[in-house]
Amino acid sequence: MPSAKSSLRPALAPFSMEGFWLGFRRAVITTPGILLFGMGFGAEAAVKGLTFLDAFFFQSLVLAGASQYVALELWTDPLTWTTAFAMAAVVFTVNLRMMLLGAALRPWMGGLPGYKSYPALAIMTDPAWIIAIRYHREGGQDWGVYVGACVFLYLTWIVSVVPGYYLVDALEDPTRFGIDLVMPIFFITMLVPVWRGRMDAAPWAVAILVALTVKELVPGYWFVLAGGLSAAFTAAALFKDEEAADG
Amino acid sequence: MDSLFTQGAWLAIGAMVVMTLLAKMMGFWVLGRVPLTARLRRGLEALPGGVILATIVPITLESGPAGLLGISVATLVMAVTKKDWLAVGLGLASVAGYRAFLEPLV
Repeated sequence: MPSAKSSLRPALAPFSMEGFWLGFRRAVITTPGILLFGMGFGAEAAVKGLTFLDAFFFQSLVLAGASQYVALELWTDPLTWTTAFAMAAVVFTVNLRMMLLGAALRPWMGGLPGYKSYPALAIMTDPAWIIAIRYHREGGQDWGVYVGACVFLYLTWIVSVVPGYYLVDALEDPTRFGIDLVMPIFFITMLVPVWRGRMDAAPWAVAILVALTVKELVPGYWFVLAGGLSAAFTAAALFKDEEAADG
Repeated sequence: MDSLFTQGAWLAIGAMVVMTLLAKMMGFWVLGRVPLTARLRRGLEALPGGVILATIVPITLESGPAGLLGISVATLVMAVTKKDWLAVGLGLASVAGYRAFLEPLV
């Protein structure tokens, strides 16, 4: 690393097992939401006629909740090349937002060697990501926290598909108990400590307006990507050089 | 083996895995190729709020008053107490309560 550019490059983040278990414990709060979300996928997969192993590998390898549901809608038996291609395409568009999640981790984890950072990105899920972001915003640097949260989410996710697949019929009308709002309520809760006051007001407001507008005008999940990007551009545009005596 | 795991499924799942990994990694990869200026960092710092609000606000508005109530309660409780379990619990309880008692009246 050339020293002249070092201030523009992320430092090497530490990793500890204490951090790992901290992240693991902090992720426990997601259990009810993830279990229900994952069971829902298992149940839907059973209805669609996937074998148990199909469903299990789908769940444990693709590892991207919302996009799995959308792709599952396209599933046919037998699968054709066209269907497989369509599923991959829809998964990509629904998951495009994750490039923003990964980008947001760059200042924290960009100093790590690629053989550590890319596997870490591979197991990234949205709830684990926001738990880690919150920890980092509160001053933490240990990327073990991120890994611990990801591992907890992963284990919960792959376990959840089993009862979902075999207990399809028991899962009726979960909305009555607010289950459909579990994840939004979790995400908004984790976002509260990320708020830093007035400097976040404009970017966040722009994100909401852009997302609502794009959702009206464009079918699909582009509103998430558009909203997220618009927040970043707003914040960057409002940034004044004198605020940061780089360091 | 075929009866356990459908052959076509390998193909579809493999393709989906590749696309998901690509989506997860490309933003991080691109930002490794540009200097992280203070302005760029400020933009990146706005991403968590931007992505999360862009996701949940449209979804919540679609679920009507129950969603708005749950989100508001969770936000308030978290802001005041800083306890995430309490915020999520009371947020969900308010949704369940609204649906059980108030919604039938509306």
